[in-house]
Amino acid sequence: MEAKTHAFSANVADALEDEPLQRALQKLKQGFVVKRREAIDNLPEFERLRAEGQAIKDHTLGHLDLYLEEFEAKVAAKGGQVHWCRDAGEARKKILTICRSVDARTVTKGKSMIGEEIAINDYLEENGIEPIETDLGEYIIQLRKEPPSHIIAPAIHVPKEAVADVFRETHTDLDPERSLEDPRTLVDEARSMLRQKYLDADVGITGANFLVAETGSTVIVTNEGNGDLTQSLPGIHIVLASLEKVVPTLEDASTILRLLARSATGQEFSAYTTFSTGPKRPDDLDGPAQFHVVLLDNGRTELLASESREILRCIRCGACMNHCPVYGAIGGHAYGWVYPGPMGAVLTPALLGIERSHDLPHASTFCGRCEEVCPMNIPLPKLIRYQRRKAFERRLSGRVGRWGLALWVAVAARPALYRTFLSVLLFCVSLLRPRCTRFRWLPLASGWTKHRDLPAPATKSFFQIWKSRGSNSNG
Amino acid sequence: MQIASDKIRDRPHVGLFVTCLVDVFRPQVGFAAIKLLEQSGCRVSVPTPQTCCGQPAYNSGDQVGTRKIAKTVIEVFEPFDFVVAPSGSCAAMIKLHFADVFSDDVDMKARAEALAARTHELVSFLVDQRGMVTTDAVFPQSVTYHDSCSGLRELGIREHPRRLLDTVKGLRMTELADSDVCCGFGGTFCVKYPDISNRMVEDKTSAIAASGAETVLAGDMGCLLNMAGKLKREGSHVETRHVAEVLAGMTDDPAIGEGD
Repeated sequence: MEAKTHAFSANVADALEDEPLQRALQKLKQGFVVKRREAIDNLPEFERLRAEGQAIKDHTLGHLDLYLEEFEAKVAAKGGQVHWCRDAGEARKKILTICRSVDARTVTKGKSMIGEEIAINDYLEENGIEPIETDLGEYIIQLRKEPPSHIIAPAIHVPKEAVADVFRETHTDLDPERSLEDPRTLVDEARSMLRQKYLDADVGITGANFLVAETGSTVIVTNEGNGDLTQSLPGIHIVLASLEKVVPTLEDASTILRLLARSATGQEFSAYTTFSTGPKRPDDLDGPAQFHVVLLDNGRTELLASESREILRCIRCGACMNHCPVYGAIGGHAYGWVYPGPMGAVLTPALLGIERSHDLPHASTFCGRCEEVCPMNIPLPKLIRYQRRKAFERRLSGRVGRWGLALWVAVAARPALYRTFLSVLLFCVSLLRPRCTRFRWLPLASGWTKHRDLPAPATKSFFQIWKSRGSNSNG
Repeated sequence: MQIASDKIRDRPHVGLFVTCLVDVFRPQVGFAAIKLLEQSGCRVSVPTPQTCCGQPAYNSGDQVGTRKIAKTVIEVFEPFDFVVAPSGSCAAMIKLHFADVFSDDVDMKARAEALAARTHELVSFLVDQRGMVTTDAVFPQSVTYHDSCSGLRELGIREHPRRLLDTVKGLRMTELADSDVCCGFGGTFCVKYPDISNRMVEDKTSAIAASGAETVLAGDMGCLLNMAGKLKREGSHVETRHVAEVLAGMTDDPAIGEGD
């Protein structure tokens, strides 16, 4: 998808005005957050699992080449093929080549954030192949021609009435009399539309939550079972995954699976957890004839060598955005690209470049709730701060802010100057103070006073009073 | 007021880190801190060459600027047994982040770490280090409490203020819904992204109103100015005070942003 990260302020203004979105965000706060809490409270070993999960990922990232090569060898041994792709362009081309090899006309797709990252749907369409999203949320936003607004609940911003509207618009055979008020009927309607698409598709593309090195398996978790139909009915199954998804063993995958659904939706386990290992074997009843893994780097090797490498532990559960008060105010689209919320504030600048996305790491209060809930113990505020350092070094923030900060540092590092500066400031305020206990407007402070009053400073500062009392200064 | 007996004998020398917002906006919080520290048996000094903890620079990504300010703080406060600040966020800055800005200066890093080990937020210091279990204060009002993010999540301060507030005569505590959710201050965040910040503080003032409390308390001036500013803009009668004012029984002055 096209990045709109540079238009953050405009995106935010739209989001705050968007009433259906705001209602959806209120529900999110009460839904996922409460359910996660309950799930974690029911799992006494959560902290132990979290430490284990972190250790698994850290170990794997430390030996990434080794495990990826092992994974590739195992996939090959099972009759599949791994395609190493340096960037989005290479991955798109590889997928197109595979699709063309069977003259594919339609492709079904399970939910994949990497698919969004490389904008595979647009590319396939441009090349005459119809991609059909089979995850209900993804299907809805595909019909609405929108990007996802959440990494696990892509259509969270769409109220059910709007889903009904888009179905009526696009499902041309739909009986106009049929009621679509109940979410159940919406699911049935989508299912009836998708059923034939599964059977017609020439290629099925899924993402992967894990790649298991010891077996060459890929793993997806879904709640709708759409992934299973996507990958087992067409003749070709393409798994699209970024390289940090690999874990050494099945045991490791199960450890992290215990953290994933609880952190994401508060479920103990997703409804479906599907392991795929190679193409259909002679005795198998069904399955694809070809099994391909498109393994994407797209900046991750560089990320691995950077101070932000810990973000590569991310398992895409969405807990950080569910708990982020900024995400809760503006939703996912405002972030302007594939990955919103705190993990996006780290990953987006790392993948797209800080120049195009410097607002993302700045739009955080460092409240730390994301780090508190992250099942992989990723120190998100610290990593967000690293991105701010990059932005500062490249002078990307506004001139007024930079000069203001430079002035503050110059004054704050010189205590005598600082006192003089404050005395002058407070003297000016004291001229106003008798009539004014708070300001509704102040020059250069409109960012504050736009929405709230500024309590007036004291007529005398702490240190002025302290000095006038002749109190000790150095003990 | 009651202090655990083993804490009375020693009389540690505390350097009070006033914080820039208390210095300018709410001097009485500094005096309340001194009173509480003295009640807990400390000798308190307020070194005058202090300014700011450096957070605005640190959180703006300015490592060089942060180092300059951090060096000043370290030099000024090194002589004391403890550094105490009436702010979770400034205390956390010294305690958790100073060492980080000196990652390539072994000597300064060691000094930063030594200071970090002796640095505390006021209320947690009173409870954990000084064994304070009760106060002499009287405050006959219904109050609610907002947990400021840095204090809560970086320093683990949650029960400390509640335990002491519980012993204030006449005070009735009502818990705030989502008391652990950020109020939207976030330092420069609130002026850089005023509309997002506003949505967050609106949620906070709605929760405050729903609590039915007459006064909202917190341990950080940033959050307090933000909440007070929004409450007053909304025309609310709920008052806003720093928790130290109440614990020290220094509540005769008008609350934050209220008339004389």
